[in-house]
Amino acid sequence: MFRRLLDWLEDRTGVEGAVKRFLYEDIPHSSGWHQVFGSVALFAFLVQASTGILLALNYAPTPGEAYDSLRYLLRQVTAGRLMRAMHHWGASLMIIVVVVHMIQTFVWGAYKKPREATWIAGVALLLLTLAYGLSGYLLPWDNRAYWGTVVTTEIAALVPGVGPLLVRLLGSDGTSIGAVTFTRFYVAHVQLLPPLTALLIALHIYLVRRHGVTPTPEDENHPRKKFYPEQVAKDTVAIFVWFALLMGMSILARVPLGRVADPTDLSYVPRPEWYFLFLFQFLKWFEGPLEVVGAVILPTLAVVGLLLVPFIDRGVMRLVRQRTGAIGLVLLAAIFWGGLTARTVATTPETREMDMSMVEPWQEISAGNMASIGFFRRAQCGSCHELGKSGVGPDLTAAPSSRPASWLEEHMKSNAKAPGALTDAQVQALVTLVTKRSDKAVDAWRNAPQSAVEGALVYQAHACASCHRLNDAGNDLGPPLNGVGERRDRAWIEGHFANPPKYSSGSIMPRSQFEPDQLKLITDYIMAIPK
Amino acid sequence: MENSKKCIVVTARAVPESSLTQNRRSFYSALVSGLGSAISVGLALPSVAYLFVGHKADKTSNFVEAANLTQLEVGKPKKVTFERTRVDAWRMFQEKVIAWVVRTDEENVVAYSPQCTHFGCAYHWEATRDQFVCPCHESRFSIDGKVLGGPAARPLDRYSVRVENGKLLIGSEIRKA
Repeated sequence: MFRRLLDWLEDRTGVEGAVKRFLYEDIPHSSGWHQVFGSVALFAFLVQASTGILLALNYAPTPGEAYDSLRYLLRQVTAGRLMRAMHHWGASLMIIVVVVHMIQTFVWGAYKKPREATWIAGVALLLLTLAYGLSGYLLPWDNRAYWGTVVTTEIAALVPGVGPLLVRLLGSDGTSIGAVTFTRFYVAHVQLLPPLTALLIALHIYLVRRHGVTPTPEDENHPRKKFYPEQVAKDTVAIFVWFALLMGMSILARVPLGRVADPTDLSYVPRPEWYFLFLFQFLKWFEGPLEVVGAVILPTLAVVGLLLVPFIDRGVMRLVRQRTGAIGLVLLAAIFWGGLTARTVATTPETREMDMSMVEPWQEISAGNMASIGFFRRAQCGSCHELGKSGVGPDLTAAPSSRPASWLEEHMKSNAKAPGALTDAQVQALVTLVTKRSDKAVDAWRNAPQSAVEGALVYQAHACASCHRLNDAGNDLGPPLNGVGERRDRAWIEGHFANPPKYSSGSIMPRSQFEPDQLKLITDYIMAIPK
Repeated sequence: MENSKKCIVVTARAVPESSLTQNRRSFYSALVSGLGSAISVGLALPSVAYLFVGHKADKTSNFVEAANLTQLEVGKPKKVTFERTRVDAWRMFQEKVIAWVVRTDEENVVAYSPQCTHFGCAYHWEATRDQFVCPCHESRFSIDGKVLGGPAARPLDRYSVRVENGKLLIGSEIRKA
């Protein structure tokens, strides 16, 4: 039955024969592990395509909503965080495997006549892969994306002659980037590049098949073998290792989401993705009018050089171990790239930027609200008013109470499970929370960790808000505290409490002597408040 | 003598080599299908979870004040409009919501979602017939939401309601399959 179905299909489409021809292709005897990288690169592209489509299903491609939808995807969509991590790390691992594939081809001299076109298609695919990296970088629309892309468009503007046209094509006005640039990057990333890549991959594979896998001079003395199963098995093992690495990284290494893109945040220091770091360092060598040399001319020459490789090296095919020149060139390039990358890493200041996809509502409400939640818990109101369900008393988080304030005050004073736990002022603060609050405060009421609530109680008890602003509440006598955990480390903040002038000269902040546990609570709390 | 020796050597080499090749062939095939399946499962599992497992709701919906009890007469349905915050995936906005509200006695109120359970048209109350009537396909419902006639297959959907201090609070829609 199955056989008949296959025969019918073969008769009408020839698909079975095509698959067989593909699998039982003759390949040189020397084929082996060094030729697995092309298959891995193809697999990497398929993973990027499928995770990309899945991500797009929960993504709003406009500058305002892109960030919110990504945050939603990370926080609420099942496996959303994993999917984004797979797409993110998949991009890096794809670049690695594409470059390794190219190095292998180069070292083995597989670009030589008649395989020049295969090599050129390969270089084009490398450039496309990098173009994905550049265009995809903007799509999270966080500060990193925004400021990184500002640099990209500035470099495009430097291109002699066509710079202004390129900038216009990228939808930028030359100084900032906005909705039009965003949309064009998105369209490039999901509508222009994928079909182009698919086409080039098809061409590349067709050319590989047309000319056959490159033999070595020694292959003349050996019979040829079949692609399946030995080479297919080796390719599969390599793909499996690549995929296992991807899954491991995606599960273990969280991909952060920065603050939403802010063109006024001049404190942000952009750094490109790791594979472009060398270029970042390279640009520092070219000052003033020379910058176009480093940013445009030399990279262009490098690409042209790559394209011309088969025409420069026209010698006869030689054994790998005799290709010392090629190996030397690869080593030189690796040292150049590695040295510049290491230099950038060494000179990059450590950032403590908060992962905004991990920020909970309690980190975004006023310390006063947090303290009121603390009063609710301290007076054990929850023993009757169970949050999230109706118990003895109504669920106070379900709707703001419509009772008059006087009734509520009286009720709190006479019914508290821990009598006398709250002062009059604290009762009034709690009345405010019960009658008027934001959705975030409701979430915090139910979910804020006790240590954070206690930290806010310390903050409230020491009247920090009378000088400092935090989440839009408080005064501006002292500096605002949002993002203090990114600006200062724990030792600085803890030391500063005990002796403010020692850490910031001229400070009028009174010294505070905290018990060690109180010090930890308030420091943890203010360090958790995002910028 | 020389000749036969050579012959033996050839056969001795040929036999184990061909069986080895056969073994290696099946080993390679098994490797391809084994690892291939593992990779497919590794890709499919997260994708299926991503597409089909329910999303984590950010918050349960709040009750919103919709009317004063004094505005409602027992046994007389009233169309009530109120505003509430709607969370739609990554978007959050204020929206106007309509409910058909029936005060059943001094203390109790029911609130119906304003759409017919047939194909979602907006129905209305016809006081003369004492029925909710849908203009689209003429589904008819009683004052307690039961189907009296027409194509609708289930009673009117309701909102969760609470009455506090003489005020009617309306929460999320309870949809019965």
